Amino acid sequence: MNDILQGLARAAKLVVTLNADLVEITLLSLQVSLGAAVIGSAIGLPLGAWLAINRFPARRMVIALLNALMGLPPVVVGLFVYVLFSRSGPLGVLGLLFTPTAMVIAQVIIITPIIASVAHQAIRELWADYHDLLISLETTHSQRIATLLWDGRRALMTASLAGFGRGIGEVGAIMIVGGNIDHATRVLTTAIALETGKGEFDMALALGFVLIGLAIAVNLTLHMLSRTERGSRW
Amino acid sequence: MVNPMMVLDKVELRRGGRVIVGPISLGLRDAGVTMAMGPNGAGKTTLLRALHGLERVSSGQIRWAESAEALRARQAFVFQTPILMRRSVLDSIAYPLRLKGVSRGEARERAAACAETVGLRVRLKKDASTLSGGEKQKMALARALITEPALLFLDEPSANLDGRSTREIEEILTHIRAGGTRIVMSTHDIGQARRLADEVVFLHDGRLVEQASSAAFFDAPQSNQAYAYLQGDIVI
Amino acid sequence: MTFKTLLAAALSAVFAVAAQAQDMKMSVTTSFANSGLADVLLPEIKKDTGINVQLLIVGTGQALKLGAQGDVDAVLVHAKAAELAWLAEGNGTHRREIMYNDFIFVGPSDDPAGVAKADRATDALSAIAEAKAPFVSRGDNSGTHKMELRLWDAAGIAPQGDWYRAVGQGMGAALNTASGMNAYLMSDRASWLKFANKGDLKLVYEGDPILFNQYAYMPVNPTKHPHAKNDLANTLEAWLVSDRAKELIDGYTLNGEKLFTFNATVD
Repeated sequence: MNDILQGLARAAKLVVTLNADLVEITLLSLQVSLGAAVIGSAIGLPLGAWLAINRFPARRMVIALLNALMGLPPVVVGLFVYVLFSRSGPLGVLGLLFTPTAMVIAQVIIITPIIASVAHQAIRELWADYHDLLISLETTHSQRIATLLWDGRRALMTASLAGFGRGIGEVGAIMIVGGNIDHATRVLTTAIALETGKGEFDMALALGFVLIGLAIAVNLTLHMLSRTERGSRW
Repeated sequence: MVNPMMVLDKVELRRGGRVIVGPISLGLRDAGVTMAMGPNGAGKTTLLRALHGLERVSSGQIRWAESAEALRARQAFVFQTPILMRRSVLDSIAYPLRLKGVSRGEARERAAACAETVGLRVRLKKDASTLSGGEKQKMALARALITEPALLFLDEPSANLDGRSTREIEEILTHIRAGGTRIVMSTHDIGQARRLADEVVFLHDGRLVEQASSAAFFDAPQSNQAYAYLQGDIVI
Repeated sequence: MTFKTLLAAALSAVFAVAAQAQDMKMSVTTSFANSGLADVLLPEIKKDTGINVQLLIVGTGQALKLGAQGDVDAVLVHAKAAELAWLAEGNGTHRREIMYNDFIFVGPSDDPAGVAKADRATDALSAIAEAKAPFVSRGDNSGTHKMELRLWDAAGIAPQGDWYRAVGQGMGAALNTASGMNAYLMSDRASWLKFANKGDLKLVYEGDPILFNQYAYMPVNPTKHPHAKNDLANTLEAWLVSDRAKELIDGYTLNGEKLFTFNATVD
């Protein structure tokens, strides 16, 4: 209990004084996880929609695969990306290991299946509603996907946020591919792991509170933005 | 000048091994209002959907007349339960135009005009889902009419509507028929059929029982089932 | 090749993280990073040489692996046998001893196994094994873990049983576990001094020369990994063995205790 109170107090102090290190790692956390959420959404949302409206032989397999990938341990993804981008690996020549870019790539792999899966659920329901109309209007495949993505955007934002949430709280993969380098690839979660290792629980908790606050702030901001866009229920 | 529009040759639709409609053979001409009638479960909806191309035909053929290409290319369908898009009323009506690449501004302008034509007098910015039953049906009608279809299908467009909304919709249909639009619709409202139909297709148990001009059908139905139906008896 | 270059350009454009020419990467062990010495040395290195040393803080095994893969430019670790094997595989150019610190034994403040009375480190371990007092082992194949295993071996004991808990994690996690279980464990002095969650633990044994822990610096072999920044690694080495480094390393204290002893030989 004492640790938690001290952590809260320290978190408040860090935030109020705009601690330079805290600002730096928080911004990098945001940059990496928002970047991953944007890229993951660009891939996952259309993929989810496409799976919802198409019937093909391997469809069930693909959906099962997607669900399985959702449970992929981040540390495995991290290892995979590390081996890929290591100087001795096939993409080593790019020199991306231990950069924020590599962290984004790892997170994209982790969160895209989640985004696609949630999007698939949402779009499947919407497609059931719209099916007859869109067939009757002789829509093309891409028009269908575009319509479903646009009209399902509220549910899809939830999908993207689920992806972002998983990304921002993830430590296993970015620790391996980012390396937790001070002033280069240190983000909130890896900093928390570091502080915990030092037994600095109040500092670790303080960073944890900042992380929670950040996740809530991003969620609220997006919800408010979508509300001002239209005072609607969708 | 009346020409053939399409011919159904022993058309049958089966779902899960069960025959839903057919075999039906009939010809439709390219003008007027054809009314599909019959008790619930007769196959009216399925037939309309098959004609529009929404249902897969299990056997038999639907053949379009060459002279009817213009109708075939410009169809629209109004469903019994209006399909609500998660959009404003205005954008819902404008949607078919947007699909054809019309700019957002122009599509909205024309949608507003179309809403006016069908007598949909609501705030067009509000969500489609907030409309009343009659308003939803008018919105669906406006969405179907905005592309100025040559052939319009309507599946029981005034089921569950009050008298006033029904009359308004019938007025619109009469108006567009006068403008040359071919209409194929279904109803179980005998009065509505009398008011609107040029020709009646009477179905029972998935089969075509009778096809006749409106006048002939209502004056002297040829089949026992149609007779009983018009009498208000339960048709088994 | 062109495609890869384009891809790299596109990817880094997404997050304009341009690597500066003077950045070099060095993998180091957790114990070194935890000591706080890095926080003193790195700014001075930057000031004197212009090199911005980026630390990858990992276990010894991973530190050497990163070097072998060419993902860092130099390594600074403390596991002589593993270092020599690593060099023999052609992963580095040479090995340079820089400094040493020492390992200590930590345990419950009432010291139920009587470790404090031991004459030698191996006696301390024998006492723990005899008393079957809870003992936390890193169990992660790190330099510290290897040192611990050598000591058990020297004591003629094969540690096993309920009392011997291998956590398979870093020093910090092992310390947290020991603190939670009120168990004995072997730690480097720096990690112990910096550790904030001591609970009922205290330092129970220290001083046997066998517990000295030699740190060595090894640049990654540029013949094997041409992209490795060997020139920067050599500049850093020159600094690490300089009088300036000696002064900072020997002068570094934590809670009033000296942690490291500079012992690099200058040719």
